[in-house]
Amino acid sequence: MQSRQIACTVLWIAAYATAYAQDDAVPRFKDVDSMEARVQGCVTCHGREGQGTGSGYFPRIAGKPAGYLYSQLVAFRDGTRKYPPMNYLVAYLPDAYLKEIAQHFAQQRPAFAPKVDMKAAAPDTIARGKPIVTAGDASKQLPACVACHGAGLTGMQPGIPGLVGLHPTYIAAQLTRWRVGDRRAAEPDCMKRIASRLSESDVAAVAIYLSMQDPPRDSSPESSNLVRMPMACGSQQ
Amino acid sequence: MTRTGVVGIVLAVGAAVAVAAWMVSHRGYLPAPSGKDSAVVPPGTQVINRGEYLARAGDCVACHSEPTGKPFAGGRAMATPFGNLYATNITPDDETGIGLWTADDFYRAMHQGIARDGTLLYPAMPFAQYTKVTREDSDAIFAYLQSVPPVRQKNKPHELRFPFNKRELLLGWRALYFKEGEYRPDPAQSAQWNRGAYLVEGLGHCTMCHTAINRLGGTKESQEFEGGMIPNQNWYAPSLTSNRESGLGDWTLKEIGDLLQVGISQRATVYGPMAEVVYNSLQYMTDEDTEAMAVYLKSLPKRDAEPPPPSSARLVQPAVMESGRAIYAKQCAMCHEPEGRGYPPQYPPLAGNPSITMATPVNPIRMVLNGGYPPGTKKNPRPHGMPPFAHILKDEDVAAVVTYIRVAWNNNGTPVAPSQISELRTLIPE
Repeated sequence: MQSRQIACTVLWIAAYATAYAQDDAVPRFKDVDSMEARVQGCVTCHGREGQGTGSGYFPRIAGKPAGYLYSQLVAFRDGTRKYPPMNYLVAYLPDAYLKEIAQHFAQQRPAFAPKVDMKAAAPDTIARGKPIVTAGDASKQLPACVACHGAGLTGMQPGIPGLVGLHPTYIAAQLTRWRVGDRRAAEPDCMKRIASRLSESDVAAVAIYLSMQDPPRDSSPESSNLVRMPMACGSQQ
Repeated sequence: MTRTGVVGIVLAVGAAVAVAAWMVSHRGYLPAPSGKDSAVVPPGTQVINRGEYLARAGDCVACHSEPTGKPFAGGRAMATPFGNLYATNITPDDETGIGLWTADDFYRAMHQGIARDGTLLYPAMPFAQYTKVTREDSDAIFAYLQSVPPVRQKNKPHELRFPFNKRELLLGWRALYFKEGEYRPDPAQSAQWNRGAYLVEGLGHCTMCHTAINRLGGTKESQEFEGGMIPNQNWYAPSLTSNRESGLGDWTLKEIGDLLQVGISQRATVYGPMAEVVYNSLQYMTDEDTEAMAVYLKSLPKRDAEPPPPSSARLVQPAVMESGRAIYAKQCAMCHEPEGRGYPPQYPPLAGNPSITMATPVNPIRMVLNGGYPPGTKKNPRPHGMPPFAHILKDEDVAAVVTYIRVAWNNNGTPVAPSQISELRTLIPE
């Protein structure tokens, strides 16, 4: 079941990648002395405005909170988040510039790419994903994704990323990395506590359900003072 | 040193300067000034300041710190063809660092490559170059290292394969490749030239990469600055003596200096291992020292022994050329300009850029596969970046576009084969 699911996902992605026009991922800018020109190093993977590309491995970064994007850039630079192509690219960039890059993409609001067609996903997988995302699972001490990532899944200032508009492969990969301790956040690392309570099939279910959600009209992250979070998270302190 | 460490030091130095400035402007808070303004910085402080500057020139921090570790605490793995070496703790911790060393001990390590306990150092520590450092400068670096926070961190044992784990072998290596001796100024040259030579040949240890490394990990003096593959990093350090490779002969002093200190110039841009050198070391050099290094580098004897490749070697199949042209027009021309002129210094030119046409195509291939950002430096804190194309272009595509930029616009490079791309594709970018 597990491997079949993954195989199916891979097939969807392949079909999707070919169908989805890649023009947003070709370098282009208006003025050499602009942030738009400076971040051309990002466009073939994350799209010109950070909207993401057809590839399931590269996330949409547009509109994610600047604090989150900055902490990830610093972690890639310092090697505490490991992904060699990113580690290499930002290795010698100073804090102030990484902050500016983060703010640049946090301000972008490009249209969302068409969703991956998940019609073929097993109904019981979707049925399992929905309650975890929207309500959590009290039997496993699992809070709902929406409790921190926002009712519209657009994230929360300053450090919680939006989950809407991401590919299922990317979400599943990140949750899995957290489960095995490969990816970490600032202590107290709430995502580590959550991910370690998810089973493999939970991860697949959450990833697929999340990737099926429509973005709200306003995709800005929620402000940080609207809700009290069910867990303490270092990224919000 | 970690980058946060660098920033920390920059902030600390900034704060110190601010405090000093405030103290100068509020003379009443200072002990009675002993005459001239220069006396405001006591001699001990001057030595430590100079030591810090020289330690930057020697780029000690790059090897003697882990990316997220404490500065100078060692532990960084240096991959060599003979196995991993681990840089040592050079913080002033008494037990695990150099806290109990004397200035004599330190000078012996720098000058002769022998540690305090008498063990021979592996030449990954560039003592074959540092031997040229003056006693005075060695003492200043030592004073600075004694002033940094001590870190208790045991050195990791090296992981060298047999027979390279036998330190006795180093006696042989030393006999072949090590010539002890401080830099001796050439009286026929200017003071500026000599200063440049001292920095480039000594602390800068440029020949560690810019000279071909042989199977025993040695560099031949007769091939100095003639370029070579950097072991285990798989970037090519271009020859500094060949116009075909680095082309320094017809560069202006400003162009050479900018490349070293700023990281970008009208002619070319640094990426990869050289970006690290500029980031950790060269950006901190004064304008005077930068120009001195440029003067020396530009004067290196030209040893263009090999003629440019004959036109037969530069023949490209029309279909490959056309494919390369099409990819260039779609993916590259936006930043590098349709005729390869670039928008220097932000986007480097490809036409007439010797790093594109060097005999070995490793660097341009790696750039197309992995992209790259020049280092963010004091004079270029917001560099322009190039995206990776590894996930978009197949081996044939990369070969076609690299071939195109190597032969178009009167560039005199040779075509590359798809097999060369697939070899480099498997490497982890670094």
